[in-house]
Amino acid sequence: MALLEINQLNRRFGGLQAISEVSFAVEPGIIKAVIGPNGAGKTTLFNLIAGSLPPSSGTIRFRNEVISGLQPFQIARRGISRTYQNIKLYPGMTALENVMIGRHIQSRTGFIAGMLHLPWTRREEAQVREHCLGLLEMLEIADLAEVEATSLAFGQQRAVELARALAMEPQLLLLDEPAAGLNIYETAEVGRLISKINSQGITVLLVEHDMSLVMDISHEIVVLSFGRKIAEDLPLQIQQNPEVIKIYLGEEEKEDAQG
Amino acid sequence: MRTCLPILLLLATVVLVQQLTQWTGTPFYLTQLTMAGYYSLLIIGLCLVMGYAGQISLGHAGFFAIGGYLSAMLTTRNLLAYQDHQLVALADRLGLLMGRHDFFGNEILALHPWPAALVAITTAIVVSFLIGVPVLKLKGHYLAMATLGFGIIIYRLVLGTPIFGEADGISEVPGFPLLAGLSVSGDFGSRVSNYYIAWGMVIIAMLLLLNLINSRVGRALRAIHGAEDAANAMGVDTARYKLRTFILSAVMAALAGVFLTHYSAGIGPSEAGVMQSVRYVAIVAVGGMANLWGALIMGVVLNFMSLRGMFGSYDDAVFGAILIAMMLFAPQGLLRLALLARIKNLLTGKKDGAA
Amino acid sequence: MTAELFIQYLFAGVTYGIIYAIVAIGFNIIYNTTGIINFAQGEFVMLGGMIAITLNALLPLPLAIAGAVLLTMLVGAMVEMTFIRWLKSPSVLRMIIITIGVSILIREVALHIWGEGVRSLPYFVGNEISTVNILGARISPQVLWVIGVCSVIVIALSLFFRYTMQGQKMRACAANRTAATLCGINPKNMVTLSFMLSAGIGALAGCVMSPITYTEYDSGTGLAIKGFTVAILGGLGNSMAAVAAGLLLGLLEAFSVSIVPLAYQDVIALSILLLILFVRPHGLFGRKDAAGLKEF
Ligand SMILES: Nc1ncnc2c1ncn2[C@@H]1O[C@H](COP(=O)(O)OP(=O)(O)OP(=O)(O)O)[C@@H](O)[C@H]1O
Ligand SMILES: [Mg+2]
Repeated sequence: MALLEINQLNRRFGGLQAISEVSFAVEPGIIKAVIGPNGAGKTTLFNLIAGSLPPSSGTIRFRNEVISGLQPFQIARRGISRTYQNIKLYPGMTALENVMIGRHIQSRTGFIAGMLHLPWTRREEAQVREHCLGLLEMLEIADLAEVEATSLAFGQQRAVELARALAMEPQLLLLDEPAAGLNIYETAEVGRLISKINSQGITVLLVEHDMSLVMDISHEIVVLSFGRKIAEDLPLQIQQNPEVIKIYLGEEEKEDAQG
Repeated sequence: MRTCLPILLLLATVVLVQQLTQWTGTPFYLTQLTMAGYYSLLIIGLCLVMGYAGQISLGHAGFFAIGGYLSAMLTTRNLLAYQDHQLVALADRLGLLMGRHDFFGNEILALHPWPAALVAITTAIVVSFLIGVPVLKLKGHYLAMATLGFGIIIYRLVLGTPIFGEADGISEVPGFPLLAGLSVSGDFGSRVSNYYIAWGMVIIAMLLLLNLINSRVGRALRAIHGAEDAANAMGVDTARYKLRTFILSAVMAALAGVFLTHYSAGIGPSEAGVMQSVRYVAIVAVGGMANLWGALIMGVVLNFMSLRGMFGSYDDAVFGAILIAMMLFAPQGLLRLALLARIKNLLTGKKDGAA
Repeated sequence: MTAELFIQYLFAGVTYGIIYAIVAIGFNIIYNTTGIINFAQGEFVMLGGMIAITLNALLPLPLAIAGAVLLTMLVGAMVEMTFIRWLKSPSVLRMIIITIGVSILIREVALHIWGEGVRSLPYFVGNEISTVNILGARISPQVLWVIGVCSVIVIALSLFFRYTMQGQKMRACAANRTAATLCGINPKNMVTLSFMLSAGIGALAGCVMSPITYTEYDSGTGLAIKGFTVAILGGLGNSMAAVAAGLLLGLLEAFSVSIVPLAYQDVIALSILLLILFVRPHGLFGRKDAAGLKEF
């Protein structure tokens, strides 16, 4: 049974059909990539899955439950977490505090307990801190824990965002261009990291422009163009798909012309 | 613990100030310090809403007025004529009424301050809930105007309603017997004890709020302030958090209203006015928005100066000027300015100025 | 209700409604060029009335009014240049607080210059007891002045925005700042101009209404709230809708006088404001996607 099922999804922005009749499923335990040229609707798709945008029509099911129409926090509580293409960290908070927000739904201190600073909330807070420091360590930024997150270098901010998403212990992780702006070494590192995360049982849905990364680590690929799904297959097949080649050759020709 | 030391310092300061007024023979300062303490209660609550949850409220004087006016009205409304009415008789039997004699020796039978305060606070909770649900969905100018509109509605209602005394307000509000021998009232004899009641409440409130902002809840609030959608995507029920914060601050404002009204034995419509709400916002802004200590210190200092009449006929102008100057030159608050940041860090024992 | 009473209420409603509309248009002009709600809008109206009253001691009425309008425009320009112009992309919260502060300062200055007393300009023609008979109802000629002058303001403004170079530049800035800058328009000057324009129309309205509504140092706040209610009712930024919304609110207030006690009059307007904000924040006539509520 699929973990995530997307069924005839549509999303319009005024006259623009950003997502058009898109359907596909994500099996549990895999890394699935969503690729497509700029403006294809990949980020919009993520926003629809995470509930940041309501769909114009169509349904999204997660573990057999319809989640389209729910609020983002409700979807997060069902086990979907995400990172953003243009990083969204909380300004004025340290890297560690940012990651600790990721533990929000795993902890339960409320207004009363928080005000009274009860012993169990102290213990809970210590556990949350411990867990998040562990994540920062895994991402090799533990030394930056107390630095204001938005003042970090770009790659480090990406890492903080990833740690925040992982802190939720999601079943499905949505990564929107995790390697954008990184050099080849860092990109390779991110690839290894995603595989490692996946090997721990977290299903990954990945948007990425770096084709070598996508081909390296993903098990299945969906291709979007102008809001439509034009292919869905294994990486090797996608590389030979004439329609996909046409889109990407078109892209390269454009880039050549610019260069 | 990082909140303990500053709280102890606050306690010591409170005691020291009282001792000082005794040694220097200036106990009359205690009156304004007590009142400033009650206003601070409202101000630190508003600081939570504005600085931490990031929601502006130009209507907090409205909640103060709900607290003050309801408890004043309920404890002064003479029920002697209705003594035989079933409800009044029942309340009397339950011990909810308090008999006394007014200035001219007339007998008065009115609601006891405890149940009156309970009604006032409950009303504040209900109203802040009903207003908060739709208002907190708004942002920016819309939020500012909606809260302002709410504040003016309350102002107009107290100003236009006979049982709230219209332009005269309500006077001759009795003292509030908290415990045996301890009563919130403006009697000269109980000036010192009232100073400690007010500041005891402030210290407790500070402790609770400091705990809160250093907890999971405070973290979530700051995340909402920083990037609301990203907080929501991480599982924070942003609407509920904003609403709870709003209600908490409304309760604190109403509490301040109840106690200050019993302390000064009356309340007038200016307490519900727009200018009053704007003042509170100004003080939170000067204190540095997301800074409970800043709000408290500025709340005491500015209210004390204002209550002592130090600004003369320029009282409102001073607050207007403060507001503008703060927003033009130091939108992060005075205590965030480089020089003062260090002092603040020393006080709170934090390494990072970014709280 | 008798026919005369009806007409009396009608005129009262239209008079107040069109004044609210002028204040709302003042909000809109500044909002469109800057995205700021200028909380000091009502103070411009008060200043116009007060300055005209003072000048009228020395000058004939028309000159006094002209002088008041010009001086208030100067104040508007000064407010913009002192407090707004040099801020780099300030947050909405900051702007709100600054304009509230400005409104307090203007009010306090007015209090210290003119005191707490209620003042008014003389009636433009006749006096408080002269009336014109319209369909059997007795209407003060000043009411006709208010309606007339305000209508002229509305028409002149729409012509200004449609047909003059400056007006079109301002519209260009409102529509797209960057594009306007590229075409050689200086958006900062357009902002100053918008403050002057709002101050000017506010002041003129303040002068014509002064004989019937009187002028007090703190009469601005109430007007600002009504004006904002009307601006929201019509949809922020939409001035023609503001006129319709203003008339609607004015008439509603006038006709509810017999049902709702005078002391609670403002409560009606404010409840409408809250209701609109809660259910249709983009206004009665506005489109939802055009409201840009989330842009702040
Ligand atoms: N909130 C919005 N309002 C209006 N249009 C939008 C909105 N979000 C996205 N769009 C439009 O929808 C289309 C798809 O955008 P989307 O960001 O999903 O593309 P993408 O595949 O993520 O592109 P990229 O590779 O550049 O990140 C674009 O034309 C974009 O301009
Ligand atoms: Mg994208």
